[in-house]
Amino acid sequence: MGWKVKANDRAYHQLPEFQKKVFLCIKKSRYSGNAIKTYKYNALTFIPLNLYEQFKRVANVYFLALLILQIIPDITTLPWYTTLIPLVVVLGITAIKDLVDDLARHRMDKEINNRKTEVLLDGRSEHTQWRDVQVGDVVRLKKNDFIPADILMLSSSNPNSLCYVETAELDGETNLKFKMGLRVTDERLQGVHELADFDGLIECEEPNNRLDKFIGTMLWNRERYPLDLDNMLLRGCKIRNTDVCHGLVIFAGADTKIMKNGGKTRFKRTKIDELMNYMVYTIFALLVLVAAGLAIGHTFWYDQIGAKAWYLFDGKGYSASHRGFLSFWGYIIVLNTMVPISLYVSVEVIRLGQSKFINWDLQMYYADKDTPAKARTTTLNEQLGQIEYIFSDKTGTLTQNIMQFKKCTIAGRSYVVKQMEKADLSARVFQPVDWSWNRYADKMFQFMDHSLVATVRSGKDKDAMEFFKLLSLCHTVMVDEDMVYQAASPDEGALVTAARNFGYVFLNRTQDTITIQEGDKENSYEMLALLDFNSDRKRMSIILRFPDGRIRLYCKGADTVIYERLSAESKHTKSTQTALDIFANETLRTLCLCYKDISAGEYEAWERRHKEAQVVLADRDAALDRVYEDIEKNLMLIGATAIEDKLQDGVPETIAKLAKADIKIWVLTGDKKETAENIGYSCSLLTDDMQIHYGEDVKSVPLVHIQSAPPLHLVTYFFTYSGSYALQVNLNHLTHGPCVDFVDMACECEAVICCRVTPKQKANVVSLVKKYKKAVTLSIGDGANDVNMIKTADIGVGISGQEGMQAVMSSDYAFAQFRYLERLLLVHGRWSYIRMCKFLRFFFFKNFAFTLVHFWFSFFSGYSSQVNWFITLYNLCYSSLPVLLVGLLDQDVNDKLSLRFPKLYLPGQQGSLFNYKNFFISLFHGIFVSLIIFFIPYGAFLQTMGQDGEAPSDYQSFAVVTASSLIFIVNLQISLDTSYWTFVNCFAVLGSIAIYFGIMFDIHSAGIHVIFPAYFTFTGAASNALRQPYLWLTIVLTVGISLLPVICIQFLSKTIWPSVGDQVRSRRESTHIRRGHRRLSFSPRSSGQNERKTPVANGSHRQSDGTRTSS
Amino acid sequence: MDSNYIENQEVENRPDNTAFTQQRLPAWQPILSAGIVIPLFVLVGLAFIGIGVALFVTSRNLHVLEMDYTGVEKTSPCFSCSDPIKQKNCKCSLSFELDKLFEGPVFFYYGLTNYFQNQRAYGVSKDYNQLSGDLDYFTFFFSIVPDSTCKPYRYDVNNKPIVPCGSLANSMFNDTFNLYQMKNGVKEEVPLDGKGISWWTDYNIKYRNPSVNPLRNAFNGTVKPLYWSKPAYELDPTDTANNGFINQDFLVWMRRSALPNFRKLYRRITDGLPAGNYSLEISYNYPVIAFDGKKKVAFSNVSWMGGKNEFLGIAYLVIGSLCLVMSVVMLIIYHWRNSSPDAN
Repeated sequence: MGWKVKANDRAYHQLPEFQKKVFLCIKKSRYSGNAIKTYKYNALTFIPLNLYEQFKRVANVYFLALLILQIIPDITTLPWYTTLIPLVVVLGITAIKDLVDDLARHRMDKEINNRKTEVLLDGRSEHTQWRDVQVGDVVRLKKNDFIPADILMLSSSNPNSLCYVETAELDGETNLKFKMGLRVTDERLQGVHELADFDGLIECEEPNNRLDKFIGTMLWNRERYPLDLDNMLLRGCKIRNTDVCHGLVIFAGADTKIMKNGGKTRFKRTKIDELMNYMVYTIFALLVLVAAGLAIGHTFWYDQIGAKAWYLFDGKGYSASHRGFLSFWGYIIVLNTMVPISLYVSVEVIRLGQSKFINWDLQMYYADKDTPAKARTTTLNEQLGQIEYIFSDKTGTLTQNIMQFKKCTIAGRSYVVKQMEKADLSARVFQPVDWSWNRYADKMFQFMDHSLVATVRSGKDKDAMEFFKLLSLCHTVMVDEDMVYQAASPDEGALVTAARNFGYVFLNRTQDTITIQEGDKENSYEMLALLDFNSDRKRMSIILRFPDGRIRLYCKGADTVIYERLSAESKHTKSTQTALDIFANETLRTLCLCYKDISAGEYEAWERRHKEAQVVLADRDAALDRVYEDIEKNLMLIGATAIEDKLQDGVPETIAKLAKADIKIWVLTGDKKETAENIGYSCSLLTDDMQIHYGEDVKSVPLVHIQSAPPLHLVTYFFTYSGSYALQVNLNHLTHGPCVDFVDMACECEAVICCRVTPKQKANVVSLVKKYKKAVTLSIGDGANDVNMIKTADIGVGISGQEGMQAVMSSDYAFAQFRYLERLLLVHGRWSYIRMCKFLRFFFFKNFAFTLVHFWFSFFSGYSSQVNWFITLYNLCYSSLPVLLVGLLDQDVNDKLSLRFPKLYLPGQQGSLFNYKNFFISLFHGIFVSLIIFFIPYGAFLQTMGQDGEAPSDYQSFAVVTASSLIFIVNLQISLDTSYWTFVNCFAVLGSIAIYFGIMFDIHSAGIHVIFPAYFTFTGAASNALRQPYLWLTIVLTVGISLLPVICIQFLSKTIWPSVGDQVRSRRESTHIRRGHRRLSFSPRSSGQNERKTPVANGSHRQSDGTRTSS
Repeated sequence: MDSNYIENQEVENRPDNTAFTQQRLPAWQPILSAGIVIPLFVLVGLAFIGIGVALFVTSRNLHVLEMDYTGVEKTSPCFSCSDPIKQKNCKCSLSFELDKLFEGPVFFYYGLTNYFQNQRAYGVSKDYNQLSGDLDYFTFFFSIVPDSTCKPYRYDVNNKPIVPCGSLANSMFNDTFNLYQMKNGVKEEVPLDGKGISWWTDYNIKYRNPSVNPLRNAFNGTVKPLYWSKPAYELDPTDTANNGFINQDFLVWMRRSALPNFRKLYRRITDGLPAGNYSLEISYNYPVIAFDGKKKVAFSNVSWMGGKNEFLGIAYLVIGSLCLVMSVVMLIIYHWRNSSPDAN
């Protein structure tokens, strides 16, 4: 059943046939009211729902399970507060955040629902709140009103039922768009009474989230009228330049397209996230194993010793195995710190910090447009350091997307000017055309060929006149009162502006006429049909009735599609093709222009079919395409245009730098092969020493070869060449080809350019590489056609450029210029990755070292478990801040060096800084340190007495010694791992140790014991223990043994197998020293010798010494 | 200046140019270069060896005399007492000989082995409120006090609360010792000082007697721990101030040990022990054979570093030497690496 809306009939929509079941037998109309509800909770549901949401996270459930275990008296080994406090803190912070968000949503909803609009009810217009608007109501909208629902436009105060809307809130685009009412409704429904009597029945598609599509029909007075998106005013837009318009509410509230669009975005996760999860599972498995082992130990111990120890009698009479079972759960509780729950919170904090740093970066701020870089998601930063493939759009991404009409070919004659070599070279000859004769001319427009102006002005060359007439007529550009063109695409804007300068001035457009000024005359052309552009058709046509009654079709489009449809009589095809090739070689964007005269009879026949296709409900697009195809044939070629789109600043350098970082760059463009290839060269994606393979050849030779051989041979096949490869693929050849082979082959190449690709194909290419190469991919683009690919890739980058905001809206990172990508990846990405890896490694280590001390102690305490406040505070206060700061601030080398040595990026791609190997190293490091922390004090405590004869070997002193050693070791270890020492780090490390001692002395103080005698039982332990020099010596020894081997191993591995980073750092060090030398000795020769000896990271050390050391 | 002015007008989105936001905080970027690591190892090695020598020598000069009196072997003087059947008020004595002066102060310890005072359930089996002298916790009150951790030593069969309750107190060590020097065949008692053998904080803060005078009134309606022969307020008949929860022996016992083999301070002998023959009379009450434990007595004197323990000194010496060795190894590797042609 389709969606049916009856005008001015609220009761109709409550009919039983439109009811849907909501719950059991409660039924509700399927038409939503216009009130929206974006909030999640209300006062009653907040606590249960929010808790439910939060307990969807495994970590919280784990915590809860622990808490429950701790409440069971037979099992509990830890006081309940050790788990409850962190859990409450974590839940509380999240809940407060959610609450604040939701309150904001409540406010927003209320504000929006209470907005006023005018509704026609019972023949009168009434001011109503948005929430009370219903489907089928007729509403009146005034200038600058927000549109309250998805509305079918009926009439407007503007001539020809036009209405301008601003869609910024919907898609972020700021150029005005026009909407048109049906002519029939506009004519008959101007007054209030007519509108009140309007009883049309609209049948259309069900509510959906497609902003670019609407199909429906209107049944009124027994006639059917086609409806499409041009008739719809969508909620979220704003009425502009239109005094009043009327419309019929089709979708309200939750059914509107903007609300349907506000759905969930696809959740992207990083590789490290996945790895981290697996590691947490590994740790959990380990925990269960350890706890089980200790439980078995306890069983045996009880059997052998515990049962006989009369002093341990507890009157419970459990068997040894029962006790073992209980102690298993007890150990799960005690060792729970091995599964680092605070990890997730800390990781979020670090990522948030990294995102902020990206937002704050001045060097990614584009002053011309006042656009800073923006990290729109905060969860992907470290992935930026692991990119292997970049998929880039061309137009607007590599280029500026500021189009300029540069050249053209008309009737086989090219109006081409040699490129201006240098401004100073014979400036007189290349004086731009003077436009003073044309009062409409755009002064910014420059053209070099004077002869063309002369030709056009003379009015003798029919083809040239036709050429510019076409440009001024065949487009979808809007014009406002000040003669400023509003073009949806910059290409069109450039072409219409060109025509304007050459004397064919587009003046005005109504629903079915276009008025232009030709020379001195103003002519209106009746627009019979507009065959719009889309990325599959790659052309647009317009059918016009000339003032003299002739009917003519104008068409412009990509050369491939146009040439297929040219009439056999068409002249100049060869010469135009040659010119097109030349243009393409100069990286210009080309369009072919052509026309066709249509007889009245032919047109009428076609129009009937067109009308039919327009009212088709199912698959209307395809039906229209077929009809369009019928008329767009036997075209006569006029000529072709060439538009220049300049490269953005710094693109070649950026691409070269990224290529050096072993990032493979694929350019996916809609351009033709030659243009794409030349762009490739000009942005140094392709270089002269590369061997270029074209997709066609690839298809004919290797694919055949491959299909008979297993894919493995492919690699060898490609390696038989020497040198570098670049592959150019026309994806049309590949739609049915074997994907694996294509990907394998393309990935062998250093650079790949895919031309003539549609948005869907772009996304397909990305997902192919993701699927078969398991590589981390990044897509970068600026237009709506890149949205697919941006969403598909692991990381999507949007460039806020000329083409609106859709790409940015769906991206993860956004900035204004392609060249910032270099900094985003090589600096921010690299840092984020290194920081996150360091953080994770250390975090795991620190928790292992801490938890496993319990493990060792268990062997000496009859496998029973012990604890105190320390567990609660360890992760919270004593050890988290320094490592968090390392995760936020650490830099192994500064940004200048990481940009200068792209090879520094490689460890990220290989994922070599955090993987299972590192995890196990952390594990073993933790085991080692925990062994030291336990057994050194053990040895020292075994038989000894204090200075004053009291035996210090009591449990509490032992705890103080191990805990202090642990705090020292952990904080000093992070100090060792910190490579970027700011005063904040210093403060944090010293602060953590100070806080530890502060809190310890507090908890162990007399005062707190007097107040809570049952909870703080360590009274005096710290002061008694730390009075003993012997125990201090034990701590020093423990710390020494834990740290010295690490220093030694680090030094040796750095000396024997230096990494790129180490080399760069030691180079920097030696540069510093060298600078010092030079200042002292003024001996350039000795510094030269030094340089030769210094290890060099890669070939990019060509800069002079001065610039390198300027950092 | 002009252009700056214009720029400033339309740059509301411009990020702040501070050292923090631009990640240019002044920083020190240390690297583990040979110039740091190798001298560090040498210095640490030397320092550790120095400490090790000091510890080792000090420890060597300390004397420890330890004797087992469990009485497992038939030849042992306490063998008869170890028989669980006639345990009551058994006495035995150990004789030993000192051939030179045991310098004072000498500390007299008792030691237990295979005794798990660090068991969790055992360790928490006490009521801190009770032990801090809160009379509310001396009574039976709806099975809430004393603390439930005291089970099964919480109430006696008549539901009277046990004070002090719990396993830890219940199992207090109750052997007593008297030391005699044999001077010409005459036993002369060596004075043992039992004052101040517990922690100051335990004695003054953590454990308090109820402020009831006389103390025994506070214990009305309570019973003594099942294994005790005397109630808490009569632990030391010689000194009325040394009773209740602040009895020194009680405090020493309640400070539970970290490891299953431990010593606890029993008495102090301030003037030391002159050379000669001694006899240690033991009233043997505490059963340990059931769980394969051992009972020991030990005499020791202490220094600045505490009692005799060679572990730490040796450990320091070993680690210090290893540091020196490693510094040499690192030096060699570093030189080999830097002189080899493929250093790049």
